[in-house]
Amino acid sequence: MSINWFKYASPVSFYPLAGRLIPWFVVVTVVLLFIGLYLGFFVAPTDYQQGEAYRIMFVHVPAAWMSMFIYLVMAAYAGLGLIFNTRLSSMMATALAPTGAMFTFLALWTGALWGKPMWGAWWVWDARLTSELILLFLYLGFMSLQAAIDDPRRAARASALLALVGAVNVPIIYFSVKWWNTLHQGASISFDKAPSMATTMLVAMLIMAVAFWTYTIAVVLQRVRCEILERERHSDWVIALVQEKQA
Amino acid sequence: MKRVGMSGALMLVLRRDLTLAVRRMSDVLTTLFFFVIVVSLFPLGVGPEMDTLREIAPGVIWVAALLASMLALERLFSGDYRDGSLEQLLLIPQPLSLLVLGKVLAHWLVSGAPLVLMAPLLGMLLGLSWDSLEVLLVTLLLGTPVMSLVGAVGAALTLGVRGRGVLLALLVLPLYIPVLIFGAGAVEASVSGLGAGAHVSLLGALLVLALCFAPLATAAALKISME
Repeated sequence: MSINWFKYASPVSFYPLAGRLIPWFVVVTVVLLFIGLYLGFFVAPTDYQQGEAYRIMFVHVPAAWMSMFIYLVMAAYAGLGLIFNTRLSSMMATALAPTGAMFTFLALWTGALWGKPMWGAWWVWDARLTSELILLFLYLGFMSLQAAIDDPRRAARASALLALVGAVNVPIIYFSVKWWNTLHQGASISFDKAPSMATTMLVAMLIMAVAFWTYTIAVVLQRVRCEILERERHSDWVIALVQEKQA
Repeated sequence: MKRVGMSGALMLVLRRDLTLAVRRMSDVLTTLFFFVIVVSLFPLGVGPEMDTLREIAPGVIWVAALLASMLALERLFSGDYRDGSLEQLLLIPQPLSLLVLGKVLAHWLVSGAPLVLMAPLLGMLLGLSWDSLEVLLVTLLLGTPVMSLVGAVGAALTLGVRGRGVLLALLVLPLYIPVLIFGAGAVEASVSGLGAGAHVSLLGALLVLALCFAPLATAAALKISME
């Protein structure tokens, strides 16, 4: 038996699949957010150095992870779109960008709220903060290039190339911690040594990270559905779909 | 008809673009004047104390060079785009990335190199020592080609797009940041008496990286824009 790997690469078959998947991801997101926030805000122990203020970490750290992850995923989709010329890949890249920009902004915002009680300043020109800001600029550049070009095909391809070029910046963000030795605390989760935080904290943070993932998937699927309808509005199946809805 | 090899094609593009630039010297001079004016605005804004100026000089000169080279980018492909010769360029059998390299090189010679030569003079106005001026010259010599190479990708992507100038700035300036950090960092390190070697090496690495990949990306971007 041969499997048709590209079945869901076509917008026609992906559109209903996305519609069926979204409710599941929404439910999982709500449940996980509830559990994660409860664990983070009520169960996790108070930090002996930072007091209660550290609890913003449960939003800040997953948001920062997501902001970088989404850029890489976006660049990967953009690359796929350029190489295989699949319409859906470039639509996914388009749909991912606003969510990525939102998480980047959230990471900066919560970082400022965390920085004020800890460092005594809303903002410091530390390497990681600065790279996160640059990441926000990259997202904004991607979105504005796409918005400035009228032809959707050219817009998709041009912004895809920009995303790939910008992806070079993401490793620099990661290694910036090692390059510049500054105020920001080093990463407390690494794969080669035991994490330097209580288990409940770690569990809460990982649950929040998964919740952010499922949130992203739900929102992006919804956005990609809109994108499909918009770009394919002259195709027969979209016209039939609209007539069916109106009837 | 004479057959032209790869390096021949590169030289032809280079010579053509240089000729065009020489015939329109005002474009070259505007970029240079912009650079000088931006730098000389800073003492007026910050105050004439030599110690403060010396401290901010590396950053000021580097940011001004960055803005000036970004302004010049708009002209990199737009003339050829308007008169249609860019389409002819795309049809040439030699690899497009090579021709792009020739164009970028020509562009750097007329817009980047004058900045490099002017920078030590401006550094002196801001009170930099001889050693620091030397580092400034070397880092700009390594850094401005990187900016031309990376900026070419943005210039190619935004060809014929409305609101081009601002968009180009938005796309290209974030990508310039590593160059700015290492370039200004090297001069600062030499001002404060530390060695600038590490920064200069990293800048050199960025240049090699940009030389290898930016022409390919620019060629791809041109093909996308000219479809």
